[in-house]
Amino acid sequence: MSYLIALMIVFIGFLWQVSIDGIQRKVTAKVHRRVGPPWYQTFMDIFKALSKSSITHGFIYDFGVMMALGGTIATFMFLPFGNIVAFNGLDNFFVVVYLLAIGSLGMAMSASGSGNAWAGIGIMRALTQMVAYEVPFMIVVFGMIHVYGTSSLSELAHVQQMNGILGWHIFTMPLGAIVAFISLLGMLNKVPFDTPIAPTEIASGPMVEYGGKHFGMLMLQHEFATLVEVGLFVNLFLGGGNLIEYLIKYFFVYTLVTLIYAVSARFRIENVVTFFYGVPIVLSLVQAAIVIFTGLGVNV
Amino acid sequence: MNIFEEDLNDTITFWEKIKNIFRGKSLWMLHYCTGCGAVELPPTMTARYDMERLGMGPMATPRQADVLLITGYLSVKTLRRVIYTYEQMMTPKYVVGFGSCTLNGGIYYDSYAVINRLDYYIPVDLYLAGCMPRPEAIMNTFKTLENMITKGEANGWKKYVENYDWYRNNQIRSLGEVYVKDEFHE
Repeated sequence: MSYLIALMIVFIGFLWQVSIDGIQRKVTAKVHRRVGPPWYQTFMDIFKALSKSSITHGFIYDFGVMMALGGTIATFMFLPFGNIVAFNGLDNFFVVVYLLAIGSLGMAMSASGSGNAWAGIGIMRALTQMVAYEVPFMIVVFGMIHVYGTSSLSELAHVQQMNGILGWHIFTMPLGAIVAFISLLGMLNKVPFDTPIAPTEIASGPMVEYGGKHFGMLMLQHEFATLVEVGLFVNLFLGGGNLIEYLIKYFFVYTLVTLIYAVSARFRIENVVTFFYGVPIVLSLVQAAIVIFTGLGVNV
Repeated sequence: MNIFEEDLNDTITFWEKIKNIFRGKSLWMLHYCTGCGAVELPPTMTARYDMERLGMGPMATPRQADVLLITGYLSVKTLRRVIYTYEQMMTPKYVVGFGSCTLNGGIYYDSYAVINRLDYYIPVDLYLAGCMPRPEAIMNTFKTLENMITKGEANGWKKYVENYDWYRNNQIRSLGEVYVKDEFHE
Protein backbone atom coordinates (compact mmCIF):
# COMPACT_ATOMS: atom_id res chain seq x y z
CA MET A 1 0.00 0.00 0.00
CA SER A 2 2.75 2.43 0.88
CA TYR A 3 4.32 1.79 -2.51
CA LEU A 4 1.08 2.77 -4.21
CA ILE A 5 0.97 5.98 -2.17
CA ALA A 6 4.59 6.66 -3.11
CA LEU A 7 3.86 6.21 -6.82
CA MET A 8 0.83 8.45 -6.48
CA ILE A 9 2.76 11.30 -4.88
CA VAL A 10 5.45 10.94 -7.53
CA PHE A 11 2.80 11.37 -10.22
CA ILE A 12 1.06 14.29 -8.46
CA GLY A 13 4.42 15.89 -7.72
CA PHE A 14 5.46 15.61 -11.37
CA LEU A 15 2.27 17.26 -12.65
CA TRP A 16 2.41 19.96 -9.96
CA GLN A 17 6.07 20.85 -10.28
CA VAL A 18 6.14 20.92 -14.09
CA SER A 19 3.03 23.12 -14.25
CA ILE A 20 4.50 25.40 -11.59
CA ASP A 21 7.70 25.58 -13.58
CA GLY A 22 5.74 26.81 -16.60
CA ILE A 23 3.93 29.38 -14.44
CA GLN A 24 7.28 30.55 -13.11
CA ARG A 25 8.46 31.11 -16.67
CA LYS A 26 5.39 33.32 -17.08
CA VAL A 27 6.31 35.17 -13.88
CA THR A 28 9.86 35.74 -15.09
CA ALA A 29 8.45 37.01 -18.39
CA LYS A 30 6.19 39.48 -16.57
CA VAL A 31 9.19 40.80 -14.63
CA HIS A 32 10.99 41.27 -17.94
CA ARG A 33 7.85 42.90 -19.42
CA ARG A 34 7.26 40.32 -22.11
CA VAL A 35 4.51 37.80 -22.79
CA GLY A 36 6.25 34.55 -22.04
CA PRO A 37 5.48 30.98 -23.08
CA PRO A 38 2.21 29.21 -22.20
CA TRP A 39 2.07 27.45 -18.83
CA TYR A 40 2.38 23.97 -20.35
CA GLN A 41 5.65 24.83 -22.09
CA THR A 42 7.80 22.76 -19.73
CA PHE A 43 5.68 19.66 -20.47
CA MET A 44 6.30 20.27 -24.16
CA ASP A 45 10.04 20.62 -23.58
CA ILE A 46 10.31 17.42 -21.55
CA PHE A 47 8.22 15.29 -23.89
CA LYS A 48 9.99 16.67 -26.93
CA ALA A 49 13.37 15.88 -25.41
CA LEU A 50 12.18 12.36 -24.65
CA SER A 51 10.95 11.93 -28.24
CA LYS A 52 14.33 12.76 -29.79
CA SER A 53 17.13 10.37 -30.53
CA SER A 54 20.24 10.36 -28.41
CA ILE A 55 23.70 8.88 -28.48
CA THR A 56 25.73 7.20 -25.80
CA HIS A 57 29.29 7.74 -24.60
CA GLY A 58 29.55 4.40 -22.84
CA PHE A 59 27.93 2.50 -20.00
CA ILE A 60 28.80 4.96 -17.21
CA TYR A 61 27.19 7.77 -19.18
CA ASP A 62 23.88 5.91 -19.46
CA PHE A 63 23.94 4.45 -15.99
CA GLY A 64 24.70 7.76 -14.26
CA VAL A 65 21.66 9.42 -15.82
CA MET A 66 19.39 6.64 -14.58
CA MET A 67 21.06 6.74 -11.16
CA ALA A 68 20.49 10.48 -10.92
CA LEU A 69 16.81 10.24 -11.93
CA GLY A 70 16.07 7.16 -9.81
CA GLY A 71 17.92 8.49 -6.78
CA THR A 72 16.08 11.80 -6.88
CA ILE A 73 12.66 10.15 -7.31
CA ALA A 74 13.49 7.85 -4.40
CA THR A 75 14.39 10.88 -2.28
CA PHE A 76 11.09 12.50 -3.11
CA MET A 77 9.20 9.38 -1.98
CA PHE A 78 10.60 9.76 1.55
CA LEU A 79 9.65 13.43 1.89
CA PRO A 80 6.33 14.25 3.55
CA PHE A 81 4.13 15.70 0.80
CA GLY A 82 1.62 17.74 2.76
CA ASN A 83 0.35 15.31 5.36
CA ILE A 84 0.84 12.32 3.05
CA VAL A 85 3.80 10.24 4.21
CA ALA A 86 4.39 7.24 1.98
CA PHE A 87 6.79 5.30 4.22
CA ASN A 88 5.69 5.94 7.78
CA GLY A 89 8.53 6.45 10.26
CA LEU A 90 11.14 6.80 7.53
CA ASP A 91 10.52 10.47 6.66
CA ASN A 92 13.80 11.38 8.26
CA PHE A 93 15.93 14.43 7.54
CA PHE A 94 19.05 12.30 7.34
CA VAL A 95 17.43 9.90 4.84
CA VAL A 96 16.51 12.82 2.59
CA VAL A 97 19.92 14.49 2.78
CA TYR A 98 21.72 11.18 2.27
CA LEU A 99 19.65 10.16 -0.74
CA LEU A 100 19.69 13.61 -2.31
CA ALA A 101 23.46 13.32 -2.78
CA ILE A 102 22.92 10.24 -4.98
CA GLY A 103 21.29 12.41 -7.63
CA SER A 104 24.20 14.85 -7.73
CA LEU A 105 26.81 12.11 -7.64
CA GLY A 106 25.10 10.12 -10.39
CA MET A 107 25.07 13.18 -12.57
CA ALA A 108 28.71 13.94 -11.75
CA MET A 109 29.70 10.37 -12.65
CA SER A 110 27.74 10.40 -15.87
CA ALA A 111 28.99 13.81 -16.95
CA SER A 112 32.62 12.87 -16.39
CA GLY A 113 31.87 9.73 -18.41
CA SER A 114 31.05 11.96 -21.35
CA GLY A 115 34.66 13.10 -21.47
CA ASN A 116 33.93 16.73 -22.29
CA ALA A 117 36.17 19.35 -20.70
CA TRP A 118 33.29 21.74 -20.02
CA ALA A 119 31.52 18.93 -18.18
CA GLY A 120 34.54 18.48 -15.91
CA ILE A 121 34.63 22.18 -15.07
CA GLY A 122 30.88 22.15 -14.44
CA ILE A 123 31.07 19.19 -12.06
CA MET A 124 33.94 20.79 -10.18
CA ARG A 125 31.85 23.90 -9.75
CA ALA A 126 28.71 21.96 -8.78
CA LEU A 127 30.45 19.96 -6.05
CA THR A 128 32.28 23.05 -4.77
CA GLN A 129 28.98 24.87 -4.54
CA MET A 130 27.46 21.88 -2.71
CA VAL A 131 30.20 22.13 -0.07
CA ALA A 132 29.44 25.85 0.21
CA TYR A 133 25.66 25.76 0.72
CA GLU A 134 25.36 22.56 2.73
CA VAL A 135 27.36 23.77 5.74
CA PRO A 136 25.22 26.75 6.90
CA PHE A 137 22.01 24.86 6.11
CA MET A 138 23.12 21.84 8.11
CA ILE A 139 24.19 23.96 11.11
CA VAL A 140 20.73 25.51 11.33
CA VAL A 141 18.85 22.23 10.91
CA PHE A 142 21.11 20.30 13.30
CA GLY A 143 20.50 22.91 15.98
CA MET A 144 16.77 22.42 15.46
CA ILE A 145 17.08 18.64 15.57
CA HIS A 146 19.23 18.80 18.72
CA VAL A 147 16.61 20.76 20.63
CA TYR A 148 13.57 18.75 19.56
CA GLY A 149 15.32 15.43 19.90
CA THR A 150 13.82 14.14 16.67
CA SER A 151 14.85 14.28 13.03
CA SER A 152 11.53 13.17 11.57
CA LEU A 153 10.42 15.80 9.06
CA SER A 154 6.71 15.31 9.65
CA GLU A 155 7.19 15.71 13.42
CA LEU A 156 9.32 18.83 12.89
CA ALA A 157 6.48 20.15 10.73
CA HIS A 158 3.93 19.11 13.33
CA VAL A 159 5.54 20.88 16.31
CA GLN A 160 5.35 24.16 14.40
CA GLN A 161 1.58 23.93 13.98
CA MET A 162 0.92 24.00 17.76
CA ASN A 163 0.95 27.82 18.10
CA GLY A 164 -0.71 28.72 14.81
CA ILE A 165 1.09 30.82 12.25
CA LEU A 166 3.39 32.46 14.81
CA GLY A 167 4.77 29.06 15.74
CA TRP A 168 6.35 28.54 12.32
CA HIS A 169 10.12 28.50 12.42
CA ILE A 170 10.30 31.30 9.89
CA PHE A 171 8.94 33.56 12.69
CA THR A 172 10.48 31.88 15.71
CA MET A 173 13.96 31.49 14.22
CA PRO A 174 14.18 34.19 11.52
CA LEU A 175 17.98 34.12 11.23
CA GLY A 176 17.91 30.42 10.46
CA ALA A 177 15.11 30.90 7.94
CA ILE A 178 17.10 33.56 6.10
CA VAL A 179 20.15 31.29 5.96
CA ALA A 180 18.06 28.34 4.79
CA PHE A 181 16.44 30.44 2.08
CA ILE A 182 19.83 31.57 0.76
CA SER A 183 20.96 27.94 0.84
CA LEU A 184 17.79 27.01 -1.04
CA LEU A 185 18.78 29.40 -3.83
CA GLY A 186 22.12 27.60 -3.97
CA MET A 187 20.50 24.15 -3.97
CA LEU A 188 18.13 25.02 -6.80
CA ASN A 189 21.01 26.30 -8.97
CA LYS A 190 19.06 29.47 -9.63
CA VAL A 191 20.68 32.79 -10.42
CA PRO A 192 22.70 34.22 -8.59
CA PHE A 193 24.01 30.73 -7.77
CA ASP A 194 23.74 29.08 -11.19
CA THR A 195 27.52 28.91 -11.52
CA PRO A 196 27.62 25.15 -12.32
CA ILE A 197 25.33 25.37 -15.36
CA ALA A 198 26.43 28.76 -16.70
CA PRO A 199 25.36 28.45 -20.36
CA THR A 200 27.24 31.50 -21.55
CA GLU A 201 30.57 30.61 -19.95
CA ILE A 202 30.94 26.84 -19.93
CA ALA A 203 28.17 25.73 -22.33
CA SER A 204 25.72 24.37 -19.71
CA GLY A 205 28.49 22.74 -17.66
CA PRO A 206 27.66 19.12 -16.79
CA MET A 207 24.81 19.08 -19.32
CA VAL A 208 27.03 19.87 -22.29
CA GLU A 209 27.05 16.39 -23.85
CA TYR A 210 23.47 15.44 -23.10
CA GLY A 211 20.88 15.51 -25.83
CA GLY A 212 17.56 13.91 -26.58
CA LYS A 213 16.38 11.26 -24.11
CA HIS A 214 19.28 11.66 -21.72
CA PHE A 215 18.60 15.38 -21.48
CA GLY A 216 14.88 14.77 -20.99
CA MET A 217 15.64 12.46 -18.08
CA LEU A 218 17.95 15.07 -16.57
CA MET A 219 15.22 17.70 -16.90
CA LEU A 220 12.91 15.34 -14.99
CA GLN A 221 15.65 14.87 -12.39
CA HIS A 222 15.90 18.63 -12.00
CA GLU A 223 12.14 18.93 -11.46
CA PHE A 224 12.15 16.24 -8.77
CA ALA A 225 15.20 17.76 -7.08
CA THR A 226 13.33 21.08 -6.96
CA LEU A 227 10.35 19.31 -5.36
CA VAL A 228 12.61 17.87 -2.66
CA GLU A 229 14.54 21.05 -1.93
CA VAL A 230 11.61 23.46 -1.79
CA GLY A 231 9.66 20.79 0.11
CA LEU A 232 12.43 20.61 2.72
CA PHE A 233 12.19 24.36 3.28
CA VAL A 234 8.40 24.27 3.54
CA ASN A 235 8.46 21.37 6.00
CA LEU A 236 11.25 22.75 8.16
CA PHE A 237 10.39 26.44 8.30
CA LEU A 238 6.80 26.94 7.13
CA GLY A 239 5.16 24.18 9.13
CA GLY A 240 4.07 21.77 6.41
CA GLY A 241 0.31 21.50 6.81
CA ASN A 242 -2.24 19.50 4.85
CA LEU A 243 -1.90 19.01 1.12
CA ILE A 244 -3.59 22.26 0.04
CA GLU A 245 -1.67 24.41 2.55
CA TYR A 246 1.55 22.68 1.60
CA LEU A 247 1.07 23.35 -2.10
CA ILE A 248 0.17 27.01 -1.48
CA LYS A 249 3.29 27.50 0.67
CA TYR A 250 5.34 25.70 -1.94
CA PHE A 251 4.04 28.03 -4.63
CA PHE A 252 4.92 31.16 -2.63
CA VAL A 253 8.44 29.99 -1.77
CA TYR A 254 9.15 29.03 -5.37
CA THR A 255 7.73 32.32 -6.69
CA LEU A 256 9.98 34.26 -4.31
CA VAL A 257 12.96 32.29 -5.61
CA THR A 258 11.88 33.11 -9.17
CA LEU A 259 11.53 36.83 -8.46
CA ILE A 260 15.10 36.91 -7.16
CA TYR A 261 16.20 34.81 -10.13
CA ALA A 262 14.59 37.15 -12.64
CA VAL A 263 16.55 40.24 -11.62
CA SER A 264 19.98 38.91 -10.58
CA ALA A 265 23.29 38.26 -12.27
CA ARG A 266 25.62 35.34 -11.72
CA PHE A 267 28.30 34.91 -9.04
CA ARG A 268 31.71 33.54 -9.84
CA ILE A 269 32.45 30.25 -8.10
CA GLU A 270 34.93 31.69 -5.59
CA ASN A 271 32.39 34.40 -4.78
CA VAL A 272 29.81 31.71 -4.07
CA VAL A 273 32.05 29.95 -1.57
CA THR A 274 33.26 33.09 0.18
CA PHE A 275 29.67 34.36 0.24
CA PHE A 276 28.32 31.24 1.94
CA TYR A 277 31.26 31.01 4.34
CA GLY A 278 30.86 34.68 5.31
CA VAL A 279 27.63 36.11 6.65
CA PRO A 280 25.32 33.05 6.34
CA ILE A 281 27.61 30.76 8.33
CA VAL A 282 27.93 33.37 11.10
CA LEU A 283 24.16 33.86 11.17
CA SER A 284 23.59 30.11 11.29
CA LEU A 285 26.05 29.70 14.18
CA VAL A 286 24.34 32.53 16.08
CA GLN A 287 20.96 30.94 15.42
CA ALA A 288 22.14 27.51 16.55
CA ALA A 289 23.67 29.01 19.72
CA ILE A 290 20.44 30.87 20.53
CA VAL A 291 18.33 27.77 19.99
CA ILE A 292 20.58 25.37 21.89
CA PHE A 293 21.68 27.51 24.88
CA THR A 294 18.66 29.72 25.53
CA GLY A 295 15.84 27.68 24.04
CA LEU A 296 14.34 30.81 22.46
CA GLY A 297 12.36 30.17 19.33
CA VAL A 298 11.49 26.52 19.97
CA ASN A 299 8.38 25.17 21.65
CA VAL A 300 9.16 21.79 23.10
CA MET B 1 23.80 6.24 -36.47
CA ASN B 2 21.65 7.79 -33.79
CA ILE B 3 18.43 7.61 -35.77
CA PHE B 4 15.16 5.76 -35.26
CA GLU B 5 14.33 3.56 -38.22
CA GLU B 6 10.63 4.30 -37.93
CA ASP B 7 11.28 8.03 -38.07
CA LEU B 8 12.59 7.62 -41.60
CA ASN B 9 9.26 6.31 -42.93
CA ASP B 10 7.23 8.63 -45.10
CA THR B 11 3.90 7.55 -43.64
CA ILE B 12 2.95 9.46 -40.53
CA THR B 13 1.55 7.28 -37.76
CA PHE B 14 -0.56 8.41 -34.83
CA TRP B 15 2.42 8.54 -32.45
CA GLU B 16 4.42 10.36 -35.08
CA LYS B 17 1.73 13.06 -35.17
CA ILE B 18 1.86 13.47 -31.39
CA LYS B 19 5.65 13.62 -31.45
CA ASN B 20 5.47 16.25 -34.19
CA ILE B 21 3.22 18.43 -32.04
CA PHE B 22 5.75 18.35 -29.19
CA ARG B 23 8.63 18.95 -31.58
CA GLY B 24 6.91 21.91 -33.16
CA LYS B 25 5.93 23.59 -29.92
CA SER B 26 9.38 23.45 -28.39
CA LEU B 27 12.22 24.55 -30.66
CA TRP B 28 15.62 25.15 -29.16
CA MET B 29 18.05 26.95 -31.40
CA LEU B 30 21.76 26.69 -31.38
CA HIS B 31 23.45 29.79 -30.07
CA TYR B 32 25.95 29.74 -32.90
CA CYS B 33 25.48 32.31 -35.59
CA THR B 34 27.72 32.62 -38.59
CA GLY B 35 27.09 35.84 -40.47
CA CYS B 36 25.68 39.32 -40.10
CA GLY B 37 22.09 38.08 -39.66
CA ALA B 38 22.97 37.27 -36.07
CA VAL B 39 22.58 40.93 -35.08
CA GLU B 40 18.83 40.63 -35.65
CA LEU B 41 18.50 37.76 -33.20
CA PRO B 42 19.11 39.65 -29.90
CA PRO B 43 16.09 41.94 -30.49
CA THR B 44 14.06 38.87 -31.42
CA MET B 45 15.08 37.13 -28.20
CA THR B 46 14.67 40.01 -25.78
CA ALA B 47 11.69 41.81 -24.36
CA ARG B 48 10.27 43.56 -27.42
CA TYR B 49 9.69 40.62 -29.77
CA ASP B 50 10.03 37.83 -27.16
CA MET B 51 10.93 34.65 -28.99
CA GLU B 52 10.07 32.60 -25.88
CA ARG B 53 6.38 33.00 -26.72
CA LEU B 54 6.87 30.32 -29.36
CA GLY B 55 8.67 28.07 -26.91
CA MET B 56 12.01 28.93 -28.46
CA GLY B 57 15.15 29.61 -26.58
CA PRO B 58 18.90 29.65 -27.06
CA MET B 59 20.82 26.50 -26.18
CA ALA B 60 24.53 26.54 -25.63
CA THR B 61 25.42 23.21 -27.18
CA PRO B 62 24.53 21.37 -30.42
CA ARG B 63 23.53 18.22 -28.54
CA GLN B 64 20.46 19.94 -27.09
CA ALA B 65 19.52 22.09 -30.05
CA ASP B 66 16.82 21.46 -32.66
CA VAL B 67 17.31 24.37 -35.03
CA LEU B 68 20.55 25.45 -36.65
CA LEU B 69 20.49 29.03 -37.88
CA ILE B 70 22.79 29.90 -40.77
CA THR B 71 22.62 33.67 -40.55
CA GLY B 72 24.17 34.95 -43.72
CA TYR B 73 27.36 34.26 -45.71
CA LEU B 74 29.42 31.15 -45.02
CA SER B 75 33.12 31.11 -45.67
CA VAL B 76 34.68 27.75 -46.51
CA LYS B 77 36.42 27.67 -43.13
CA THR B 78 33.13 28.23 -41.30
CA LEU B 79 31.37 25.65 -43.46
CA ARG B 80 33.58 22.92 -42.04
CA ARG B 81 32.53 23.88 -38.49
CA VAL B 82 28.91 24.12 -39.54
CA ILE B 83 29.02 20.57 -40.88
CA TYR B 84 30.64 19.30 -37.66
CA THR B 85 27.97 21.11 -35.68
CA TYR B 86 25.10 19.87 -37.83
CA GLU B 87 26.22 16.27 -37.55
CA GLN B 88 26.48 16.53 -33.76
CA MET B 89 22.87 17.61 -33.38
CA MET B 90 20.27 15.03 -32.40
CA THR B 91 17.67 14.04 -34.97
CA PRO B 92 15.14 15.44 -35.77
CA LYS B 93 16.98 18.65 -36.57
CA TYR B 94 16.13 21.62 -38.75
CA VAL B 95 18.12 24.27 -40.62
CA VAL B 96 17.02 27.82 -41.39
CA GLY B 97 19.00 29.85 -43.93
CA PHE B 98 18.95 33.63 -43.51
CA GLY B 99 19.13 36.12 -46.32
CA SER B 100 20.30 35.84 -49.91
CA CYS B 101 23.86 34.72 -49.04
CA THR B 102 22.71 31.20 -48.22
CA LEU B 103 20.67 31.04 -51.44
CA ASN B 104 23.17 32.18 -54.06
CA GLY B 105 26.12 33.81 -52.34
CA GLY B 106 24.56 37.28 -52.32
CA ILE B 107 27.15 40.03 -52.63
CA TYR B 108 29.88 37.44 -52.14
CA TYR B 109 28.93 35.62 -55.33
CA ASP B 110 32.40 35.91 -56.89
CA SER B 111 34.45 35.45 -53.76
CA TYR B 112 36.92 32.57 -53.63
CA ALA B 113 36.48 32.14 -49.87
CA VAL B 114 32.69 32.04 -49.62
CA ILE B 115 30.36 29.24 -50.71
CA ASN B 116 27.50 30.12 -53.02
CA ARG B 117 24.73 27.69 -52.19
CA LEU B 118 24.20 26.20 -48.75
CA ASP B 119 21.78 23.61 -50.11
CA TYR B 120 24.63 21.63 -51.62
CA TYR B 121 26.26 20.93 -48.26
CA ILE B 122 23.53 20.56 -45.65
CA PRO B 123 19.77 20.34 -46.21
CA VAL B 124 17.90 23.59 -45.59
CA ASP B 125 14.30 23.40 -44.44
CA LEU B 126 13.40 27.04 -44.82
CA TYR B 127 14.94 30.13 -46.39
CA LEU B 128 14.28 33.55 -44.95
CA ALA B 129 14.28 36.50 -47.37
CA GLY B 130 15.76 39.91 -46.65
CA CYS B 131 19.14 41.43 -46.07
CA MET B 132 18.91 41.70 -43.15
CA PRO B 133 15.47 40.35 -42.17
CA ARG B 134 13.50 42.34 -39.61
CA PRO B 135 12.66 40.63 -36.29
CA GLU B 136 9.04 40.38 -37.48
CA ALA B 137 10.21 38.36 -40.47
CA ILE B 138 12.26 36.11 -38.20
CA MET B 139 9.27 35.48 -35.92
CA ASN B 140 7.15 34.77 -39.00
CA THR B 141 9.71 32.26 -40.22
CA PHE B 142 9.80 30.45 -36.91
CA LYS B 143 6.02 30.28 -36.89
CA THR B 144 6.12 28.82 -40.40
CA LEU B 145 8.78 26.31 -39.35
CA GLU B 146 6.61 25.34 -36.38
CA ASN B 147 3.65 24.69 -38.68
CA MET B 148 5.84 22.71 -41.08
CA ILE B 149 7.12 20.52 -38.25
CA THR B 150 3.64 19.95 -36.88
CA LYS B 151 2.45 18.81 -40.32
CA GLY B 152 5.55 16.66 -40.76
CA GLU B 153 6.88 18.60 -43.75
CA ALA B 154 10.27 19.66 -42.36
CA ASN B 155 12.15 16.58 -43.53
CA GLY B 156 15.59 18.01 -44.25
CA TRP B 157 17.35 15.64 -41.85
CA LYS B 158 15.75 12.65 -43.59
CA LYS B 159 17.00 13.92 -46.93
CA TYR B 160 20.47 14.22 -45.43
CA VAL B 161 20.41 10.59 -44.28
CA GLU B 162 18.99 9.26 -47.54
CA ASN B 163 21.23 11.27 -49.89
CA TYR B 164 24.30 11.27 -47.67
CA ASP B 165 26.65 10.28 -50.49
CA TRP B 166 25.63 13.26 -52.62
CA TYR B 167 26.06 15.72 -49.73
CA ARG B 168 29.32 14.06 -48.75
CA ASN B 169 30.74 14.38 -52.26
CA ASN B 170 29.83 18.07 -52.38
CA GLN B 171 31.41 18.66 -48.98
CA ILE B 172 34.62 16.91 -49.97
CA ARG B 173 34.80 18.82 -53.26
CA SER B 174 34.71 22.15 -51.43
CA LEU B 175 36.60 21.32 -48.26
CA GLY B 176 38.90 18.44 -49.02
CA GLU B 177 38.71 15.41 -46.76
CA VAL B 178 36.83 16.16 -43.53
CA TYR B 179 38.62 14.50 -40.66
CA VAL B 180 37.52 14.58 -37.02
CA LYS B 181 40.02 13.51 -34.40
CA ASP B 182 38.32 11.86 -31.43
CA GLU B 183 40.88 11.47 -28.67
CA PHE B 184 38.53 10.18 -26.02
CA HIS B 185 37.22 7.10 -27.77
CA GLU B 186 40.43 5.93 -29.35
